[in-house]
Amino acid sequence: MADPQNLITVSGVSKVFPGVVALEGVDFALRKGEIHALMGENGAGKSTLIKILTGVEQPDQGRIELENTAISIKSPQHAQALGISTVYQEINLCTNISVAENIMLGHEPRRFGGIHWKKLNELASQALARLGIELDVTQPLGIYSIAIQQMVAIARALAIASAKVLILDEPTSSLDANETARLFAVMRALKQEGIGIVFVTHFLDQVYEIVDRVTILRNGRFVGSFDIAALSRVELVAKMLGRVVDELQALAHDKGQVAPQTEKGQLIEASGLGLRGALQPLDLTVGVGEVLGIAGLLGSGRTELASLLFGIATPDSGSLSIDGQQVTRFSPQALIKRGVALCPEDRKAEGIVGDLSIRENIILGLQGRYGWFKFIGRQKQTEIAEKYIKLLGIRTPSPDQLVKNLSGGNQQKVILARWLVTQPRLLILDEPTRGIDVGAKAEIQKLVLELVKDGMSIVFISSELEEVVRMSDRIVVLRDHAKVAEYDHAVSDRTLMQTMAGEA
Amino acid sequence: MNKRISFSRIRESRLFWVLTAWAVILGFNALFVPEFFRIGIQDGHLYGNLIDVLNNGAPLMLVAIGMTLVIATGGVDLSVGAVMAISAAMGAVLINPAPGDKLVSNEILTRNATNTPLVIIVIATLAAGTLCGLWNGLLVSRAKIQPLVATLILMVAGRGIAQLISNGQIITIYYTPYFWFGNGYILGLPVSIYIVTAVAILAWVGVRKTPIGLFIEAVGLNPKATHYSGISAKNIQLLAYTFSGFCSALAGLILSSYVHSADGNNNGLNYELDAILAVVMGGTMLSGGRFSLLASVLGAIVIWTFTLSMYALGVPANALLAGRAVLVLLVILLYSDRRLIKRRSKSTPTAVQSQDEKPGLPHP
Repeated sequence: MADPQNLITVSGVSKVFPGVVALEGVDFALRKGEIHALMGENGAGKSTLIKILTGVEQPDQGRIELENTAISIKSPQHAQALGISTVYQEINLCTNISVAENIMLGHEPRRFGGIHWKKLNELASQALARLGIELDVTQPLGIYSIAIQQMVAIARALAIASAKVLILDEPTSSLDANETARLFAVMRALKQEGIGIVFVTHFLDQVYEIVDRVTILRNGRFVGSFDIAALSRVELVAKMLGRVVDELQALAHDKGQVAPQTEKGQLIEASGLGLRGALQPLDLTVGVGEVLGIAGLLGSGRTELASLLFGIATPDSGSLSIDGQQVTRFSPQALIKRGVALCPEDRKAEGIVGDLSIRENIILGLQGRYGWFKFIGRQKQTEIAEKYIKLLGIRTPSPDQLVKNLSGGNQQKVILARWLVTQPRLLILDEPTRGIDVGAKAEIQKLVLELVKDGMSIVFISSELEEVVRMSDRIVVLRDHAKVAEYDHAVSDRTLMQTMAGEA
Repeated sequence: MNKRISFSRIRESRLFWVLTAWAVILGFNALFVPEFFRIGIQDGHLYGNLIDVLNNGAPLMLVAIGMTLVIATGGVDLSVGAVMAISAAMGAVLINPAPGDKLVSNEILTRNATNTPLVIIVIATLAAGTLCGLWNGLLVSRAKIQPLVATLILMVAGRGIAQLISNGQIITIYYTPYFWFGNGYILGLPVSIYIVTAVAILAWVGVRKTPIGLFIEAVGLNPKATHYSGISAKNIQLLAYTFSGFCSALAGLILSSYVHSADGNNNGLNYELDAILAVVMGGTMLSGGRFSLLASVLGAIVIWTFTLSMYALGVPANALLAGRAVLVLLVILLYSDRRLIKRRSKSTPTAVQSQDEKPGLPHP
């Protein structure tokens, strides 16, 4: 088995958490100079495997070798010392200090008992130059884009230890296409240097663009490692889900049968709705039982539109009416009473209350609508929670599990459940499938279509064009905080993309 | 295996550490000051150190109940001690048997009489404190001032207000019916114990048999998500601070009744710190979220058991503060140990976790 090309060899690793087998006999090998994708549904064991590789968790069984020498990784610091560096999804740098300080934090060169600033800046610039990036390292990190911050995080991971292995945990989930391309260029350069990169992502396109090999996990078990060139997309998805999936195609088929139901009348009518600095005045209608897709790049104003429709922000021009009745008070509370619900883009910060249980998170919306005095009793709460856990297929041992312990997809379902309990008439979904694995994604999309059949109206915001096109009856395109076009569902991805980019 | 799980579940409970702390102090007393446990009967009511713990600790227990709700919303109320002084001054001034009397003599002032009916005195006292709480609540929820700063205003100004009310005097109270709250007995037990029990039950029913408790915890844990769920975080905060003001007023009433005087400078001095300590001992995070009223009340009892144990042991009053420092240190060490255990067993990557987790007070 000793392959001299192997950087890391993991064999037969198992990890049991109380009540859950997170990993069972998993094998994984990372070679020098390769980009290796780690894929699987939420709960497949990707994060546990990464935690074991970074020393956060200790495996119960199994063997880990680094360059064919058995090792045990005791702590994240130890992992770093061994040459295993990690960049997490949430960038954890300090935005208020300079780029150079961020890169060298804790490893500052010293002179006369103080910090040798000139050398520090030089070293930081070199670290970035290695990634082909030039920028003013004395500026505070916060002024740069998320993409640059990500690069800085990578530069830091490489600079403070001579990394042999770089683990990137969903690095692209908050990047746009250009930024992703730039990150990929960096990854290719590192690959040339012989560094092995473990790349965790949910984007299939990206896997096929940059990855050499892929290891697939399912329910804590090892499914296999494959050369990406020898694996078709359908096969990949099927292996991740563990079944032959035509679900995605089936969805598209389903959609064709459901005619746009605009004849039932308009639910939402906005005219000249706008807010200075956030959204230029626009007209918008959402029919009863209609899915209105909103397409636009990050920062195009799509989230601002959602926050106006949900009353988080108060418009300074135009009017919004629901069912022909004008909205006069803009607050989430007031609009929830009118039957509007929002699943926000930033699930963690604005959606879930992580330290509360699933039950409490689910009833929060309904209880908020009931107010202080109409109390939903404990037993009723459990009934509601159990009903929706079953209905939405939330994977959890009990409704009293803390929401923060759930995977991203299941957290999204909890927020959906919170709103479905209140039986809203308009459901605004802002990036409902971001950071969610293929299986959960299909489930959520299917659910949305079922809700529409029942007459609910949906505003569907997503940066995945293909998803917007598949789901929506009509599509509104936003660019630079303004509405630029409106299409019916027959529009092609390409036309949409051109409109979003402003080429058409 | 099973045993270990149930033990860890016990350890997770908010009551575990505070009960442990209490048991340690009582155990120490059993060994070194056994007379601490002696309870006698005098004039038909119980007396002894343990009764004193409950009676003397009553004001702190009340303040801790209010403080628990405020801290659970992610705030803090530093003004509780000053609000106690304001309420006490209010009561004493209304009792004053000689308002407007031109010939104010010592004889009139020390008469066992009142200018205002007792019911009105109690209502006015409680109203004064509740208003103070409402003020804090408005500053925090409507003016969006940080709780630490907002309540600091009243903490400093409150003592001045108390002095204004009492005209800069330490007012001694001679009206005996007023003493009932701090010194009276019902069925052999101090009246104050009944008051605390009533308030604790009221508060518990108010938060646990209504959605308010859930809203308070949700606001403390994630105010934004709570707002987006259609819950008015503002009104929840307003309620918590107002209730804290009410609790402080009641505490001020009992304390001034117990010491027979209202002193703007010293009534309720340092109660804010003791109350915060009691709440933290009760396992409520200073960053907000999950809380237990019972655990906070027990925290207050631990503080007073400790204080009276030190007296019983013969530790001079001026050395007591040093002793308390040791108590605080021990509690915080226990507490941080609990956090360490949690961290090890939960084991998310430290880097990510430090972002997720709001900083609790006693960071190791």
